[in-house]
Amino acid sequence: MQRSSAFNVVSVALGLAFLYLPIAILVIYSFNASRLVTVWGGWSLEWYRALLENEAIQASAWISLRVAALSATGATVLGTLAAVALVRLGGFRGRLLFSSMVYAPLVMPEVIIGLSLLLLFVAVSADRGFWTIVIAHTTLTMCFVTVIVQSRLVGFDRSLEEAAMDLGCPPFRTFMTVTLPLIMPAIAAGWMLAFSLSLDDLVIASFTTGPGATTLPIRIYSAVRLGVSPEINAVCTIMIAVVALATITASLTTKRGAVRRERTAFGAQT
Amino acid sequence: MSTDPKTRTPGRRFVLLVPYLWLLAFFLVPFVIVLKISFSQTVLAQPPYVPVLDVSAGWQGLREFFARLTTEGYQLIVSDDLYLFSYLKSLQVAAVSTGILLLLGYPLAYGIARSPRGIQPLLVMAVVLPFWTSFLIRVYAWINILQRDGLLNEVLLRPHLIDEPLPWLASDTAIYIGVVYSYLPFMVLPLYATLERLDVSLLEAAADLGCPRWKAFWLVTLPLSLPGVAAGNLLCFIPIVGEFVIPDLLGGSDSLMIGQTLWLEFFSNRDWPVASAIAVTLLALLLLPMLLYERVQRRQMEGLR
Repeated sequence: MQRSSAFNVVSVALGLAFLYLPIAILVIYSFNASRLVTVWGGWSLEWYRALLENEAIQASAWISLRVAALSATGATVLGTLAAVALVRLGGFRGRLLFSSMVYAPLVMPEVIIGLSLLLLFVAVSADRGFWTIVIAHTTLTMCFVTVIVQSRLVGFDRSLEEAAMDLGCPPFRTFMTVTLPLIMPAIAAGWMLAFSLSLDDLVIASFTTGPGATTLPIRIYSAVRLGVSPEINAVCTIMIAVVALATITASLTTKRGAVRRERTAFGAQT
Repeated sequence: MSTDPKTRTPGRRFVLLVPYLWLLAFFLVPFVIVLKISFSQTVLAQPPYVPVLDVSAGWQGLREFFARLTTEGYQLIVSDDLYLFSYLKSLQVAAVSTGILLLLGYPLAYGIARSPRGIQPLLVMAVVLPFWTSFLIRVYAWINILQRDGLLNEVLLRPHLIDEPLPWLASDTAIYIGVVYSYLPFMVLPLYATLERLDVSLLEAAADLGCPRWKAFWLVTLPLSLPGVAAGNLLCFIPIVGEFVIPDLLGGSDSLMIGQTLWLEFFSNRDWPVASAIAVTLLALLLLPMLLYERVQRRQMEGLR
């Protein structure tokens, strides 16, 4: 038993090191006073100050945040509805097509999704820009929300809903007051995943964007093609910090929520 | 459950119809348009293809429209080796890196699943956290390391392991590193999910009956974790075939993956019919793995029930 667990510890440690080392290096170099990557010029906040003066990057960041918030909200509503339909409606007509359309975007290459949506927008001669990106991201990310909410609904104790209905609560109200609060952690996790996927997307946004809607990834991508710059390191570090903070907060709150739910369930039993 | 009379109440219909119509409009209809444009011709106009379906011309217009569709885009793809090589390169990169991912991801997932119960969620979160940070940033992080005056060359030059800086960037090696790095969480999570549910008493029974540990792994653990292996492999292989960002930023310009070729046809050559034809053939190529993935995914959802 001892030897094998040493092997396990080593493989976990090596795996995590592989995952975190490049990010750590990027973060450290964003504080490098020197412009060259190999030359360490001492700690400095110079590149963060440069960011404060870079209005193009700030404008892009603002666009990206708004796109992400709007599309994540739309995706959460649509994705939750789709999950409820898949788990609760049983074998409705067209179920196979529906579930195919839900699962396909999870693995579908982004270039295909981007190209097809752009051709749709051209075909209906929609003005491309902010809203076309929002629609594209909503379509992509709702499928991720569906999978997360679905897995929560599948392991769901229906007796609570049945109790509410037996006591004369109408279906819609049962859903709002019993089901929704119980699947809320999954919905919140879905929203956050949708938000970060949207914030991150380069390929689909490049296809569906128009004049005046340069998102942050598009801006970073065109800068990166010209080579590494400490300023981009600084932008990336800020994004990493925001995401890390949000993820840790979310996992702590859901954990606390889970503990509270277990306590109430236990209290209800005794 | 399927003959539930409640299915027909208006509330239930709303629950289904809204996401259904959205996906039809923004997922299925766009594919029909891609299919149509893949049979069109390139012209210097806006939009840059003919024929354009003119609904007002009625039946006559429809017949004319179908008469003018061509297979030129597909003929070009078949006749020019460039496209064939792109497809082959994409398949090669996807197959090799999925293999590497399995070799790296399995011990990691196994290690997490065998660690004390209390710290398992923490370790899973540690694996997932990089996945939440931007894909673009993670690929970009490797440019810092792999470029000519980057960290890797620095580390190798100091103790004179190499005499002059090696060109790591713009090579297939860089693509493999970037792909494996970016997709590792996608391999580890499904593997962990099956390994964690594995009944340890089966291994104890094998040990009690005198089965050596490696043999127990080979005969018990590995076969039982095959659903996770399948899910992880498909979850990595399919998107890697169509990958654009990683080969574009880390790879060389001498041989392109199919995602890059599609991108170039569309953005640089402005040849929409050929780009659409590439998309259609790529989708046809991935259809079988995608159907397999869907089956695995559905079975997993129903298995939880």
